[in-house]
Amino acid sequence: MKDFAALFTAVDQTTRTTVKTKALAEYFRTAPDDDKLWTIALFSGRRPKRAVTTTQLREWAAERAGVPLWLLEESYPIVGDLAETIALVLPPAAEETDRPLSHWISDLRALAQVDIDVRRDRILAAWDQLDATERFLFNKLLTGGWRIGVSQKLMTRALAQATGQDEAVLALKLMGGWTPDDVTYHGLIEAEDASADLSRPYPFYLAYQLDDPPETLGAPAAWQAEWKWDGIRGQLVVRGGEHHVWSRGEELMTDRFPEFARARDFLPDGTVIDGEIAAWDAEAVMPMPFNTLQQRIGRKTVPKKLLTEAPVLMLAYDLLEDGGEDLREAPMADRRTRLEALIDGLPDEAPLRPSPRIAFDDWDDLARQRATARDFRAEGVMLKRRDSPYLAGRKKGDWWKWKLDPLVIDAVMIYAQQGSGRRANLFTDFTFAVWDGDTLVPFTKAYSGLTDAEFRRITAWVRKNTVERYGPVRQVRPVHVFEIAFEGIQSSPRHKSGVALRFPRMSRWREDKPVAEANTLADLKEMLAAYG
Amino acid sequence: MTEPVLTFTDRGIYCPAGDFFIDPWRPVDRALITHGHADHARDGHRRYLATAAAAPVMRYRLGDIALETIAYGEPRRIGDATVSFHPAGHIPGSAQIRVEVGGEVWVVSGDYKTEADGFCEDFETVRCHSFISECTFGLPVFSWDSQESVAAEINAWWRRNADEGRASILGAYSLGKAQRLLALVEPEIGPILTHGAVEGTNGVLRAQGYALPETIQVVPETDGKSFAGPLVLAPPSALGTPWARRFGPSSTAFASGWMRLRGVRRRRAADRGFVLSDHADWAGLVDAIRDTGAENVFVTHGYTDIFARWLAAEGWNAKVVPTEFGTDEDDDGAATSSDTAAA
Repeated sequence: MKDFAALFTAVDQTTRTTVKTKALAEYFRTAPDDDKLWTIALFSGRRPKRAVTTTQLREWAAERAGVPLWLLEESYPIVGDLAETIALVLPPAAEETDRPLSHWISDLRALAQVDIDVRRDRILAAWDQLDATERFLFNKLLTGGWRIGVSQKLMTRALAQATGQDEAVLALKLMGGWTPDDVTYHGLIEAEDASADLSRPYPFYLAYQLDDPPETLGAPAAWQAEWKWDGIRGQLVVRGGEHHVWSRGEELMTDRFPEFARARDFLPDGTVIDGEIAAWDAEAVMPMPFNTLQQRIGRKTVPKKLLTEAPVLMLAYDLLEDGGEDLREAPMADRRTRLEALIDGLPDEAPLRPSPRIAFDDWDDLARQRATARDFRAEGVMLKRRDSPYLAGRKKGDWWKWKLDPLVIDAVMIYAQQGSGRRANLFTDFTFAVWDGDTLVPFTKAYSGLTDAEFRRITAWVRKNTVERYGPVRQVRPVHVFEIAFEGIQSSPRHKSGVALRFPRMSRWREDKPVAEANTLADLKEMLAAYG
Repeated sequence: MTEPVLTFTDRGIYCPAGDFFIDPWRPVDRALITHGHADHARDGHRRYLATAAAAPVMRYRLGDIALETIAYGEPRRIGDATVSFHPAGHIPGSAQIRVEVGGEVWVVSGDYKTEADGFCEDFETVRCHSFISECTFGLPVFSWDSQESVAAEINAWWRRNADEGRASILGAYSLGKAQRLLALVEPEIGPILTHGAVEGTNGVLRAQGYALPETIQVVPETDGKSFAGPLVLAPPSALGTPWARRFGPSSTAFASGWMRLRGVRRRRAADRGFVLSDHADWAGLVDAIRDTGAENVFVTHGYTDIFARWLAAEGWNAKVVPTEFGTDEDDDGAATSSDTAAA
């Protein structure tokens, strides 16, 4: 595993993607095939099954390190990563070995077959043979969280450099439901007919945020406008009599959304549709608020009640495959025509409908319509160039999201908590309140939006202005006013204030504003009435 | 009941018997100072007392102050208290302050490091009844590799950069860490350039007789690209600025105890993070506290709540003391733009 640890160190120690890509490509040129396959699997979100619980790992590590369990538990949020906490707290290794990554992974998978005492012994033995970085990676494999600064895209690019294959072709090969158990490196990457898997979606094309005025895009006639929905971007793949639902994160979500099984009744084989999955209010003919959909996202199996209360459908944007033909090179307008021919006029029980186009005469007209987006439970509008192909990834030029300006409210910071991981030992997690008469009522938390320098400044201030401590949470003097920006507001009985915000963040530190002039609960209720 | 030897006030640690403060953070009449870092040695006190070794840097930083000096280990009577200063191993001239009143002994650690670094005065154990200890790195995840192995990593990084035609820009706090690094790098690898803030302190310490390799101060006229594979020592705040870009292709690094944490390493966004601290690690803190023989331990500055809880579970009478150390330029990792790399 030393070469894999060296790869990790090289990748982790730089912020430059060119350096990361080079290190990965070098690894793909030299590592054994089984290690390469596992590396591809890991960086594309395929992990070995978890063989021990994190509770067991914590207990064993604390015991081995000779510290009480609570002390390890307290260290964890400060380090921000359990695998790292354990790697750091353990005494140095007693022996040194260098076995390939795939061997360690086989060992790890074999743990499931043995009883708990043997598992414990094997893990303790492993810890005693690995250096600090290898041990961290081994723990990462054990605990299953595998986010180490290499995106699938970056990995795919490195693989393209190492193999001389086209990046887009490789991206397609890497999609779908394969695991390192049912393919070989050769079969997945090198063999010609690697696209046999019928479940595969296409790499998603993502829009850029439009920061300049739309006039910079040229003639309005060259563009199609539609609502930007606040759901889950997904692809519905119907091939070989089966259907698959993929999220933009290339997560297979078929089981989470059983509604789409009916798509097979309405769509022929060889159809792939790109759209937004939304919880749908059939009466109002608009999506339900995002927090309704959120109840569905977390669940692998869906209770009947939830299926009735929060039914989902797909608002279709684009047709990527029709009759088995890859349409991605065709102009967007043609794809759209074929999409509407395929699904317009489907009965109500069909789990998809076209996302409506917005007709507009000029940019001013569209700006006026965009201002009404919240009335349709949309976040703004999408602009797509009518003659554009369907590209892969986030590419500037053909697709733009033109979001509404966020809602804002001025609020008082009342609690602060330290961040974790990258932001350990900075105060970054804050609770904000608005006035209700003389009392401050907390209504939201926010974690982002400030610069590093501002976070450092507020951290120094929090240290000196703590009034009370509740575990990791510090109550601070109510002095600072922040402008909180958010995308939506809903009523919520679970919150003291009665409201829940969507995407709250600190948009400005209002040092100019006295605390008495922060907004009130009545202001918040007014926003709820207007936009909830 | 007799008054405690030291009490904790809103101006800092106070000795009623001697009517003096130790490292106070608001102006007082008489201040005993453990070391020259700005969150311990502040401006505006009427009288100062510090070690002779710490004095030149304090004068350099604080200007014309009324500063009396004392040798390490020399007892001095102040009112009804007897004080003495003992090496803390943190930076050149740094001290723990021992205060004895009527046979009862308290020690204020200041900032300290137990591992000998071959540069500043070695940490000395001082037996006491009550110990006021910093605990910047008071979690068991903090343990330091030997200075020798970290030095080897730093030299290997510099050598490789030099071979590949890059400058090596190392961010380190200008008083203490920077000079310790100078003392452990191998000057034959290439020229060593310094930022003015670092060179100012170098000059003061050289004049005191601390041995440092030859350095070249970077001035506005300096052509940064004219040196072959230099090591550039600068305060962390200088990294990523136009000042640092003058050296052409470069690799950047920080040397700090915080570099032990991957999250902090990544937040600092340097190419490398070397785990080198002027504070004690977990084992160092625990050993130091045990060796004092103190029954009462007051912890300040760091993961105080957690550390005090652990000490209490191990049988010490441990309490957390709020202080305002660590909010300025030293080692808190978060408080200012320059501090993370200082620890």
